[in-house]
Amino acid sequence: MAARFGMLFGIFPGVRTSGYGDFGMLAGIRTRDLRKIYTSPPPSAAGGGFGFGVAPGKGKKQPKPQIVALDGLSLEISPGEIFGLLGPNGAGKSTTVGILTTRVRPTGGQAWIGEHDVWAEQVVVKRLIGVVQQRPNLDFSLTAREILIFHGAYFGIDSEERAKRAETLLDRFKLRDRADQMVRGFSGGMMQRLSIARAMMHDPQVLFLDEPSAGLDPQTRLLLWEIIREYNRRGKTILLTTHNMEEADALCQRLAIIDHGRNIALGTPRELKASVPGGYLLRLRFGQHSPELLQRLQTLAGVREVRTHYDTSNGANSDTSSDNSADVYADRGGSLVSEIANLASSASVELCDVHISEPSLENLFLHHTGRSLRE
Amino acid sequence: MNWKTFLALLGRDAHVARRNLVPSLMQTFLQPLMFVFIFGRVMVSSGYMPPQYKSLLLPGIMAISMVFTGVWAVAMPLIGEFQFTREIEDRLLAPIEISWLAIEKVFFGTFQALIAGLAVIPAGWLLLRPGVGLNLRSPLSFACVTVLVALFSACGGLALGCSMSQNHIGLMFSMVLTPMIFFGCTYYPWSALAHFPILQRVVLVNPLVYASEGLRGTLVPQFPHLPVLAVFVALAVFDAAFLGIGLRQFHRKAVS
Repeated sequence: MAARFGMLFGIFPGVRTSGYGDFGMLAGIRTRDLRKIYTSPPPSAAGGGFGFGVAPGKGKKQPKPQIVALDGLSLEISPGEIFGLLGPNGAGKSTTVGILTTRVRPTGGQAWIGEHDVWAEQVVVKRLIGVVQQRPNLDFSLTAREILIFHGAYFGIDSEERAKRAETLLDRFKLRDRADQMVRGFSGGMMQRLSIARAMMHDPQVLFLDEPSAGLDPQTRLLLWEIIREYNRRGKTILLTTHNMEEADALCQRLAIIDHGRNIALGTPRELKASVPGGYLLRLRFGQHSPELLQRLQTLAGVREVRTHYDTSNGANSDTSSDNSADVYADRGGSLVSEIANLASSASVELCDVHISEPSLENLFLHHTGRSLRE
Repeated sequence: MNWKTFLALLGRDAHVARRNLVPSLMQTFLQPLMFVFIFGRVMVSSGYMPPQYKSLLLPGIMAISMVFTGVWAVAMPLIGEFQFTREIEDRLLAPIEISWLAIEKVFFGTFQALIAGLAVIPAGWLLLRPGVGLNLRSPLSFACVTVLVALFSACGGLALGCSMSQNHIGLMFSMVLTPMIFFGCTYYPWSALAHFPILQRVVLVNPLVYASEGLRGTLVPQFPHLPVLAVFVALAVFDAAFLGIGLRQFHRKAVS
């Protein structure tokens, strides 16, 4: 126990401990073929909008709407890794976190934290994990300090130790001034910070952060990133979900990009970005649709792939502005623009708009799904 | 089962209850004691009610206070905590099977209902004296009935709290609790319904009938009452049924 208590102070730079808590080992995360179909609206905690994949109802009498949130998701996250789940709203990120944290019952497949089956060994798993949900779910009947102290008590930490830990975390998360106030009046950012502090209170081996920096100002976001990295340096596994590419890029050692409940790409941020043809993306819009011009774009040096929205919409697109657009994947950016402009003027087509993206996860997502992460 | 966690959960509820002590006291005792004062004191001393009514009324008021307290103490926090904000989430993630969290709520609700019930006796006695003929022949039977009633109120609170949403709270009072109280033999003994034979049978589905009659049978046995053994059996069945329903509904709410 002493080793476990000592560990909290390891979140500060320079203080290291060698113990690994009650369970004496590092814990990774594994899922195999996870499926989740909601037959009633998913609860707020398990993720927001699902705007896709409505499977046919089972019974003839009462066809219940079925929402496929996860469709065979397999992941392997090593102990001590910061792993990111990246995807748009409704991709299944929160449902994955819900299943891994015992809060959502999987329809199929299995999930493990360390060697423990999440659904079959819930109590053991709950000791190993700390969870920060997408929406702050603080106990509104308590003050900030009481929230931390009672959380420690649920995990059997003795009273002196939990008071000490609460102090340290309140300091670390800059909440000391408001420590003895009821949390009902806290701002969104303060609630989010307190939720994260609470999740760290029992020093879990695996930390789940569902959209951790949503609603945080840039300064606090940097503080949070620093705290996450420190926590990870002590061998802790961290799984975070985000739809913020900058965050995923800055923080995660590996990423899975998920969409429609499926894993569509997996690797380090660098590997993933390298997997996009060329890396650069030039989004072009012309004054009119010209298949000939698009063909000639392919021939420019450095251009790897040209995609039109016209292709992906089966020709049924009535939105004329997107008919005239093209995404050019290339291994160079700005230097192509003049050549494209020349080609366009020689074909008597006006080049209306150019947007150049440097190699990024956004480009990757767009390349794999045809949709922007922000859509 | 993990005792440290269970006790910490109880500690949290006790802490919150202490913080809300004054409003909860008002809520629990104000209405029943006003009722005791008007019907037991004003109506009796003005001669509209016979003096024995004082003794008949007290067990019924005790039953109402207990049921209100237990249901309120368990159902209201659950309805709030399972809402949009999911305040209960950190306790669902505590290292204990989630059924124990529901049982902890029942345990705490039972305790509060017991306190409320036992506090009504001296308070009612003070308001009504002289002339309250309490006749405690078997303290053990009285203790058993009281515990079963308290348990029933807390289990009922669990079942209601996990089956209702925030916008149905008003409905819960007007459609469930109020009819239960009026048809629960609280202000009159069950035998008084003899002139309404159908109603007399129908009210037997109301668990509050057994609570009032049981308390009447053990506190003021000089009045007509249902056999105490039948009360034991009926209350035990209701306790088990409400606990079963409550736990099932709790799981449904807790895990998606």
